[in-house]
Amino acid sequence: MTASDAHRTIEAVFRIESARLIAGLARIVRDVGVAEELAQDALVAALERWPESGVPDKPGAWLMTTAKHRAIDRLRHARLLERKHAQLGHELEPPHEPPDLDARVEDDFGDDLLRLVFTCCHPVLSSEARVALTLRLLGGLTTAEIARAFLVPEPTIAQRIVRAKRALADEGVPFEVPRGPELAARLASVLEVIYLVFNEGYSATAGDDWMRPGLCEDALRLGRILAELIPGDPEVHGLVALLEIQASRSRARIGPSGEPILLLDQRRARWDHVLIGRGLAALERAERLGGARGPYALQAAITACHARARTAEDTDWARIAALYAALSEVAPSPIVELNRAVALAMAFGPAVGLELVDALRSEPSLARYHLLSSVRGDLLAKLGRVDEARVEFERAASLTRNTRERELLLARAAAVTGARR
Amino acid sequence: MRFMVIVKADANSEAGVMPDEQLLSAMMKYNEELANAGVLLAGEGLHPSSKGARIKFSGTKRTVIDGPFTETKELIAGFWLLQVKSKEEAIEWVKRCPNPMLGDSEIELRQVFETSDFEHATPEIVEQEKQLRESLESRRP
Repeated sequence: MTASDAHRTIEAVFRIESARLIAGLARIVRDVGVAEELAQDALVAALERWPESGVPDKPGAWLMTTAKHRAIDRLRHARLLERKHAQLGHELEPPHEPPDLDARVEDDFGDDLLRLVFTCCHPVLSSEARVALTLRLLGGLTTAEIARAFLVPEPTIAQRIVRAKRALADEGVPFEVPRGPELAARLASVLEVIYLVFNEGYSATAGDDWMRPGLCEDALRLGRILAELIPGDPEVHGLVALLEIQASRSRARIGPSGEPILLLDQRRARWDHVLIGRGLAALERAERLGGARGPYALQAAITACHARARTAEDTDWARIAALYAALSEVAPSPIVELNRAVALAMAFGPAVGLELVDALRSEPSLARYHLLSSVRGDLLAKLGRVDEARVEFERAASLTRNTRERELLLARAAAVTGARR
Repeated sequence: MRFMVIVKADANSEAGVMPDEQLLSAMMKYNEELANAGVLLAGEGLHPSSKGARIKFSGTKRTVIDGPFTETKELIAGFWLLQVKSKEEAIEWVKRCPNPMLGDSEIELRQVFETSDFEHATPEIVEQEKQLRESLESRRP
């Protein structure tokens, strides 16, 4: 094995082990920043030793032991050895335990990983900081990778992560899983972080590219991990279902010149049926847990309607409209209403949809929302009111920040009156 | 990236010999590890080739041949589909698999083609091309 092969292998092992390593260390040293540094120390040691000695049979255990030794070194330097040694010495004792030690250790890892998840998504951190920290500590992405993914300079991300760790330490945020009534709200913020990452990859808000698939994969992996850590929560499965099914369309969403293809125009043979199957299974899990009315489960159910339709014409729009109505009860928003309008129009005709869309024009939050104009343009066009439609498409084009989307909308504006000439 | 992980058949798997309790439980645990890590996309065991068939293609001619097939080392017994960041990661995951057979065995892994391999470039390649174009532009007399 060449040096660079060995290096890549060790990096791959670290990617597999790092989140649990950091989580286990964070429980011991009570600081995620220090935990990460110790994990990095262990990686450096691995890069030094393993090319020669080979990757150990239990690389996770090797890394953890190494990191713990480094932790002792650090504490010795910090002169806290007296107090902490007892704790760590206890951790480092050779196991006298019975053969099911591995099972017990697995549970501990599961809990520690969960503690890390909740810590990375703590409310004391800004949304951006939560995203960066989660991708870093749980996703195992490097600072450079995160920066590239969000089209932000690397030093900005590095700073963001440093400040996030400091904020957690300064606020004395405990390394724990929240209990009781706090758990639901805290879990919601975890799901929000994962969904944010996915959306950043799925519908790039700025720049030239329509999608960044790597981010979608990262979000999906985090979601799936969470679903196994908290299998009893229906909204986690709801979110995973939503992500799996949306991701299933990645390959069909972009044309050969990078232009976006709307869902109803996509070639369904290009949809990934492995992911659709996974998504439907996750949705079923959510529903079996009694979570059919959760916001993520409802959004998943809506996208599942599309996934189940063999062709666009087979889409059960009436069901989608009903699901949006249910969604507007648990998570009301003008966007949900807009989507409901689209579904109503598809099910019952453009006039029905336009009625609701017209009512939404007075919504302040939608005033500069390009999709409102785009939808209104579409419905007006279907009703033959082409001049009004053109105005709306042009307005929508001026409001979107995505280059490709703007091109699409301007093309529609030209086409809707162009057809008349 | 995705990898297909292929478990090669042996005489036992072809004879329909079921794995023992210990292996079944070890395999279940391994599948859970894959799921817990969020890398498992799909995985199934395959019936012996006696339940399968082959279709031979020659021009427009199609010939169906029922199993079993005798060349065991050409046969497969099961597969996984994994979502990973690199071939090395796929290899590391496969190394952690319990030996799927009673004796010596083999597991092969193959990278799955994705649309970006066929069509439009990844953002990274687009960026590289953009930079190359820009540097070429700036060199024009």
